[in-house]
Amino acid sequence: MGKIQLTKVRKSFGEVDVIPGIDLTIEDGEFVVFVGPSGCGKSTLLRLIAGLEDTTSGVIDIDGKDATNLPPAKRGLAMVFQSYALYPHMTVRKNIQFPLKMARMDTAEQDRRVERAAKVLNLSGYLDRRPGQLSGGQRQRVAIGRAIVREPAAFLFDEPLSNLDAALRVGMRQEISELHQSLKTTMVYVTHDQVEAMTMADKIVVLNAGRIEQVGSPLALYHTPRNQFVAGFIGSPRMNFIEGPEAAQHNAHTIGIRPEHITVGDGPWEGVVGLSEHLGSDSFIKVEVPGLGTLNVRGPGELGVHHGDRVKLSPAGKIHRFDAAGLAL
Amino acid sequence: MARAQSPRRRMLTTIAAWSVALIIFFPVLWMILTSFKTESSAVASPPVLLAADWTLQNYVDVWARSDYPRFFWNSVVIAVGSTLVGLAIAIPAAWAMAFVPGKRTKDLLMWMLSTKMMPAVAVMIPLYLLFQQMGLIDTKTGLVVALMLMNLPIIVWMLYTYFKEIPGEILEAARMDGAGLWNEIVHVLTPMALPGIASTMLLNIILAWNEAFWTIVLTTTKAAPLSAFIASFSAPQGLFYAKLSAASAMAILPILILGWFSQKQLVRGLTFGAVK
Repeated sequence: MGKIQLTKVRKSFGEVDVIPGIDLTIEDGEFVVFVGPSGCGKSTLLRLIAGLEDTTSGVIDIDGKDATNLPPAKRGLAMVFQSYALYPHMTVRKNIQFPLKMARMDTAEQDRRVERAAKVLNLSGYLDRRPGQLSGGQRQRVAIGRAIVREPAAFLFDEPLSNLDAALRVGMRQEISELHQSLKTTMVYVTHDQVEAMTMADKIVVLNAGRIEQVGSPLALYHTPRNQFVAGFIGSPRMNFIEGPEAAQHNAHTIGIRPEHITVGDGPWEGVVGLSEHLGSDSFIKVEVPGLGTLNVRGPGELGVHHGDRVKLSPAGKIHRFDAAGLAL
Repeated sequence: MARAQSPRRRMLTTIAAWSVALIIFFPVLWMILTSFKTESSAVASPPVLLAADWTLQNYVDVWARSDYPRFFWNSVVIAVGSTLVGLAIAIPAAWAMAFVPGKRTKDLLMWMLSTKMMPAVAVMIPLYLLFQQMGLIDTKTGLVVALMLMNLPIIVWMLYTYFKEIPGEILEAARMDGAGLWNEIVHVLTPMALPGIASTMLLNIILAWNEAFWTIVLTTTKAAPLSAFIASFSAPQGLFYAKLSAASAMAILPILILGWFSQKQLVRGLTFGAVK
């Protein structure tokens, strides 16, 4: 079991309201990702759930029981930190064993669980090493191992991959997803990387200035963003926003078109290519269109368009419409 | 970044460093040399650096005239005891200040340190009377308490500086792993801060060993440590410089050896946190 329910949870540091009041339900077994720009309160929200920060007001229920005032250890949750937070003076075995030792578990059972976790995480050959002798990816696996041996109600991940290099990040991302599929335990994952959010989540919670902007599945957020903030945040490269007469034609204050929904060739918009990035599989170009501004365009790998070229563009997909307040129409 | 130094510049800095070291060490050197002189060459005028009549008689006399092992043992008990009690109090205090600081934590630390700037003689009478009422005069327990109190601000400050260097996330991880306050301090914080705790301990043992004011004021015979042992050689009948020097050399020798073997640890401890 691992259902987490937040009711009117508020957190302020002195005069500053970091989280003005949040209601959220995380169902048992769900992989929920908190995503948002730096300083949006996503890590604070995770720490409130963990019990590492006290709520200013509101209620946090874990599996139907009020956990608002419980210390971290009594909440039955495990957390993986951005910095791994391994105990540098202990071997890998002792690191993974530590929560079991704290729970005064039977020694034979401790050993059994450590061995099993090490096997799952490919750490069996490293059990007698210290964290300082491991690579970044191995350290992160130890941190995950320390979390899984407790068999917690839910896992909390605080930007766990941001200290890893790009290649390792992709690998670990898949490992965490596979772990979720095999354990079927609730996971709450904080990241500022929307690719991580899109690829891993069952449900994404988009946060901005301590408020929830939208909650939904990755594709729901991509296809039907509730407002301009979510539309701009989800999707890479960023959605193009156009105001003025062009938007007025669609009876909107602002229209949004994703870069992949613009085709190069023929069309009503004409402009000069600024930056062009060719990745092989895709081409990303920025086109300066008079009256519309700079448009991001995502084209096929063999687009054959370069800096300084004059191109014609046309919208070829969903046009998102927003009112003056930024809400989707 | 390493800077390239010309041989001339290196020679000058070496000479300067040796000169400063010699000036600082000279009184100790003079004391050791004097301890091997006869009483007459010790007071010779003009003074002679190296006397012709070397003797070990002063050491023999000092050993014979006083109970050195008892003074030595008292010094060990007082220095180590006050340090261990101090650490037991300072570790939780420094933990609180480093990891759950309040608005006034910095002020509190400054205030604690400021008590070290107060002349000891200012609290001599109240402390003496208190100790007298509590029957602590001339007891090792009394001196352990007094020296622990004197050095507590320094212990707390040093530990606070070490603890500040330990990432808070590691302690939070311990909390998530089910460690209560006791386990967090015993299993995570203390082992991680062990180098810092060791240098704090060493420095404090040295400070307590060398303490002369309170040890002389608060003891007479039973609990007197080596500082009182030195003082006992300056009798009203006059000063016997050679014997006094021999007694001083015997008093500082143990701590000098300890300091010599742990100098790496001490230097690291004193400069910890100065440069990342």
